[in-house]
Amino acid sequence: MAVTDTGRMDVGAKRPSRLFKNMTAKIAAIPMIATALVVFIGCTAWTIYHSFTRSRLLPAPDKWTGLQNYDRLWSENRWLVSIENLAIFGSCSLVLSLVIGFILAALLDRKIRFENTIRTIILYPFALSFVVTGLVWQWLLNPDLGLQNVVRSWGWETFTFDPLNNADIVIYGILIAGIWQGSGFVMVLMLAGMRGIDEDVWKASRVEGIPTWKTYIFIVIPMMRPVFVTALVIISAGIIKVYDLVVAQTSGGPGIASEVPAKYVIDKMFGSQNLGLGFAASTMMLLSVLVVLIPWAYLEFGGKKER
Amino acid sequence: MANSVEIKHLDLNFGAVNVLKDLNLEIAEGEFLVLLGSSGCGKSTLLNCIAGLLEVSDGQIFIKGNNVTWAEPSDRGIGMVFQSYALYPQMTVRGNLSFGLKNAKFPKAEIEKRIAEAADILQIQPLLDRKPAALSGGQRQRVAIGRALVRDVDVFLFDEPLSNLDAKLRADLRVELKRLHNQLENTMIYVTHDQVEAMTLADRIAIMKGGKIMQLGSPDEIYNRPENIYVADFIGSPSMNFFDGEVVGNHFKGGDLDLPLDGYTFGPGGAVDGKAVIGIRPEHIITGELVAGAPVKLEVPVELVEPMGSDTLVYGTLNGQALRIRMDGQARVSLGDSLPIGIDPSRASLFDKASELRL
Repeated sequence: MAVTDTGRMDVGAKRPSRLFKNMTAKIAAIPMIATALVVFIGCTAWTIYHSFTRSRLLPAPDKWTGLQNYDRLWSENRWLVSIENLAIFGSCSLVLSLVIGFILAALLDRKIRFENTIRTIILYPFALSFVVTGLVWQWLLNPDLGLQNVVRSWGWETFTFDPLNNADIVIYGILIAGIWQGSGFVMVLMLAGMRGIDEDVWKASRVEGIPTWKTYIFIVIPMMRPVFVTALVIISAGIIKVYDLVVAQTSGGPGIASEVPAKYVIDKMFGSQNLGLGFAASTMMLLSVLVVLIPWAYLEFGGKKER
Repeated sequence: MANSVEIKHLDLNFGAVNVLKDLNLEIAEGEFLVLLGSSGCGKSTLLNCIAGLLEVSDGQIFIKGNNVTWAEPSDRGIGMVFQSYALYPQMTVRGNLSFGLKNAKFPKAEIEKRIAEAADILQIQPLLDRKPAALSGGQRQRVAIGRALVRDVDVFLFDEPLSNLDAKLRADLRVELKRLHNQLENTMIYVTHDQVEAMTLADRIAIMKGGKIMQLGSPDEIYNRPENIYVADFIGSPSMNFFDGEVVGNHFKGGDLDLPLDGYTFGPGGAVDGKAVIGIRPEHIITGELVAGAPVKLEVPVELVEPMGSDTLVYGTLNGQALRIRMDGQARVSLGDSLPIGIDPSRASLFDKASELRL
């Protein structure tokens, strides 16, 4: 071997272009990439653009009106009620379904009998559509047919529980139905997370004499962080888009007391044939999601390099 | 010597399955006892019973003279180290060590003192502010030991603590464990399926099978005088050679084997004529120049040679069965050779064919 030889065996060989590596995988991903670009980014941009136009039944890209739709949106009482309802419904349902789901999962995780049966029963509402859930709870909360009537028939004549007809608390009536439907799913997610925790950790904490509740709070919950993030994302998506539950349960009533933003958007776009206003409302919804999402994504993924 | 742990007539059933059957065991103060057995033999189950993590079906457990059969694990004066380390991943090493103490409402200064002591013994001071994810397997296991150490327990329980480590690290930590035991002089009960760990660490070994203790004795007894065929076969690698035959008037006869049993130390039963099994360890078969002085001389054809560096494993045939022979690493043996070997009956083990017990 010559002294000048660098020792490399691939001197004559050319490194293949990175572009053509894993060609099949790249080709297979093209449809999804196209969908993401066209639907998610393209349509979002299109929607935002048209929210600045005077589009009525049909999109009218040439009738530019600036912020007029937004002015009208924020001066409308119905939109303000919708936003307020979403805030109440969202925060309550987020906290309650996480707490209830976690507690149910923790109870099921204690090696109880009939676990499968109970799990199925609790998860069952999740298999129903929101429309069915809404109708069922409309009946259950109906003062003449449901809960109130049952309790009164037991002899408690003055009992009043009539959230769907009371404008002040109607959103909590919807909240009950939403949690009834959603907490089973959160429970299953949490249960899967708990099953992933090494049994030895439980044993170790028992040997050290740490009470069960403390083990859950200081050891299990921190270990389940990824599950909580997943649950949070799924629940939040469900909250923002809540529509059919309201339509089936109250149709936004009494009056406008239980309106939500998604319903506002649909009504404006297809009911009042005012695309521009509907788009302005949906842009506001997107904005509110981004306000939550961007700081979270920054914390979650941005700081990684330093760790 | 006082007994540190005493187990009396312990039974454990999972549904209709007997996992532990009428188990009795006495462990002396400061003893290092190893529970050894293949998976499913009940060794970890027994350890969990001692720890109080499993409820026993019948029988009693005493630790330091106190009946702890129904006591909570934390009230038994035990510390436990697990195979998977079972550290709390979101806490630093310091947090892991102090969590149990904080929960037991120890004063802060006392916690600090104990952590410092444990860290000193285990040499983990530089790691105290790291999280378990940033530690190597050996370091994690040391922290897990430290968690038992800070609680100042009477009895340490180890559940296959080295099984998740690679071979080199396992050997290192094994030596450290032995040193730790010499230093602390606590009672330690150690579960493993690795016979090397058992032989090297133990004061006494309990070999378990099917929820029963097959033999309880020092590593030397277990190795040289196994009480039954199971123990004889389980201990030693490669395992013992067994040959069927018969004891006839102070001789063992079977096929080509005819061994005088003058030098053999019989058990209390003495020599009884009848069907028997003889067990000879591969390393007790005499080869090379020493064959000349051996009580019994034979020649076996060589079927396979496995050079392992320090020794050479030779597979021959005797009585139509494979015969494993462990030779010196320098021995030069080739396939097809006829290898002269010698057998010393005084180092063999003789078992009754029917009961499989040592004669």
